[in-house]
Amino acid sequence: MIKLIKVTRSFNGQRVLDGVDLEVPKGKITVIMGKSGAGKSVLLKHIAGLIKPDSGQIIIDGFDITQATGRELQEFKKRFGILFQGGALFDSLTVFENVAFPLREKTRLSEEEIRKRVRERLDQVALPPEVEEKFPDELSGGMKKRVALARALIQEPAILLFDEPVTGLDPPMTNTVFHLISKTHEEIGYTGVVVSHDIPEVFQIADQVAMLHRGRIIAVGTPEEIQRFPDPVVQDFIHGEIDYMEA
Amino acid sequence: MIAFLRLLGQGVLEFLQGVGHVTLFLLEGLYLAFVPPFRFRRILREVFFIGFKSSVIILLTASFTGMVLGLQGYYTLKQYGSESALGSAVALSLIRELGPVLTALMVSGRAGSAITAEVGIMRITEQLDALDTMAVNPMQYVIMPKLLAGLISVPLLTAMFDVVGILGGYAVGVMILGVSSGAYFSGMVQSVVPLDINGGIVKSIVFGLLIILVACYKGYYTGRGAEGVSKATTETVVTSAVLVLAWDYILTSFFM
Ligand SMILES: Nc1ncnc2c1ncn2[C@@H]1O[C@H](COP(=O)(O)OP(=O)(O)OP(=O)(O)O)[C@@H](O)[C@H]1O
Ligand SMILES: [Mg+2]
Repeated sequence: MIKLIKVTRSFNGQRVLDGVDLEVPKGKITVIMGKSGAGKSVLLKHIAGLIKPDSGQIIIDGFDITQATGRELQEFKKRFGILFQGGALFDSLTVFENVAFPLREKTRLSEEEIRKRVRERLDQVALPPEVEEKFPDELSGGMKKRVALARALIQEPAILLFDEPVTGLDPPMTNTVFHLISKTHEEIGYTGVVVSHDIPEVFQIADQVAMLHRGRIIAVGTPEEIQRFPDPVVQDFIHGEIDYMEA
Repeated sequence: MIAFLRLLGQGVLEFLQGVGHVTLFLLEGLYLAFVPPFRFRRILREVFFIGFKSSVIILLTASFTGMVLGLQGYYTLKQYGSESALGSAVALSLIRELGPVLTALMVSGRAGSAITAEVGIMRITEQLDALDTMAVNPMQYVIMPKLLAGLISVPLLTAMFDVVGILGGYAVGVMILGVSSGAYFSGMVQSVVPLDINGGIVKSIVFGLLIILVACYKGYYTGRGAEGVSKATTETVVTSAVLVLAWDYILTSFFM
């Protein structure tokens, strides 16, 4: 389980997180929504130990990662996979090398096995073998996103963080990716945190939904509970998206 | 007055803090060369990029520098009737000063700015964070190989600069202006002492580390966005040039 307690963080005097309290149950998928600039990406990076909070605690399986340093933190990071909002593909490596990277670094698999697994993951995100030898800057935005997704999934980590996994994808591909996230979730049973605006699609994969607003979590619940949540901010956000989709 | 002193004190403190920070960055980078995984391929790749790919520009600048030294030296020495000292004048200027300094400045212009841009882009596109989450230390994967490559390449490039420069001086002094070939080299052999060569080597090692350190540091801690990276790149070129010249003075005063 991941537990955030009163996490605050400012950048240049601007308070982005202002006392975030959130519990992410183990083995479940939690969706975080909120306006652009609300601090969702910053929140994910806190969970992954990439940013330290100004105050507050982030407890993962009973262990406060804000207090961890050096090797301890490094060990902890091995349990995470993260899909960055911008993909964060290594631009000096080909698609194949990018997806193979975590296996090469974290495991001692044979070259043959690595080839097989990379191909498998790329198949899952509908990328044909020709793409393997391309470099990231030769790909479209949506393709980059899918390569990054394959790279995150191939690590089969205990905790997977997805920062807007479907933004920029067409509707069929969006469904494919959401389907993939829930399918791999069934297989690996990771604890997932997904940042996404794709309402209502994302509700289908969510066990729990939380809304970040003005630096705090203002609503948490199952997708059904969130849809019936009385707070107008939550309602406007959900329906604003739905109106937009219907228009 | 008190306000001024306070400002001054604050400035000094910030400066020292900055120096401390850069020093820790350097020590961490170098330390990581001695702990597994060793990343030989990454180091080779950087030696290729920083060293090998700078060799053409070093050849060019070295030959012109040597030729100018031959020309200038010849006319100056001729006034005192000591053209035969041309060889030693050219060699000493190159080995002690111009070789290390010009090599460092050229490598910094060619590779230093590119390193800052590369590392800076890795920072703003979160590639460094991605390495981190894959339990790969970005300092070890990205920075350490570059520092080592600077340490290896710049002294070698400097040696090349010296040799080519001496040949350039030979081309102008001996082949065009008619100084005797024997005098050119024997004067050189007599006047260049080990201290000169050691001094040159020490300088090239310090400069090599310095320019790559500045380039890596500026990239690693770049500001946000494309603007941040372009600012960092400019700062790299300016800062390394100033630091190379400042350290040149310091080291020269040691090796006099
Ligand atoms: N490293 C940083 N330095 C300074 N400010 C930052 C930094 N990272 C984020 N911020 C600021 O924090 C705020 C939240 O950013 P964040 O990227 O978390 O938003 P977001 O909720 O993910 O938005 P989006 O949906 O557009 O991705 C923004 O105002 C941003 O400017
Ligand atoms: Mg974001």
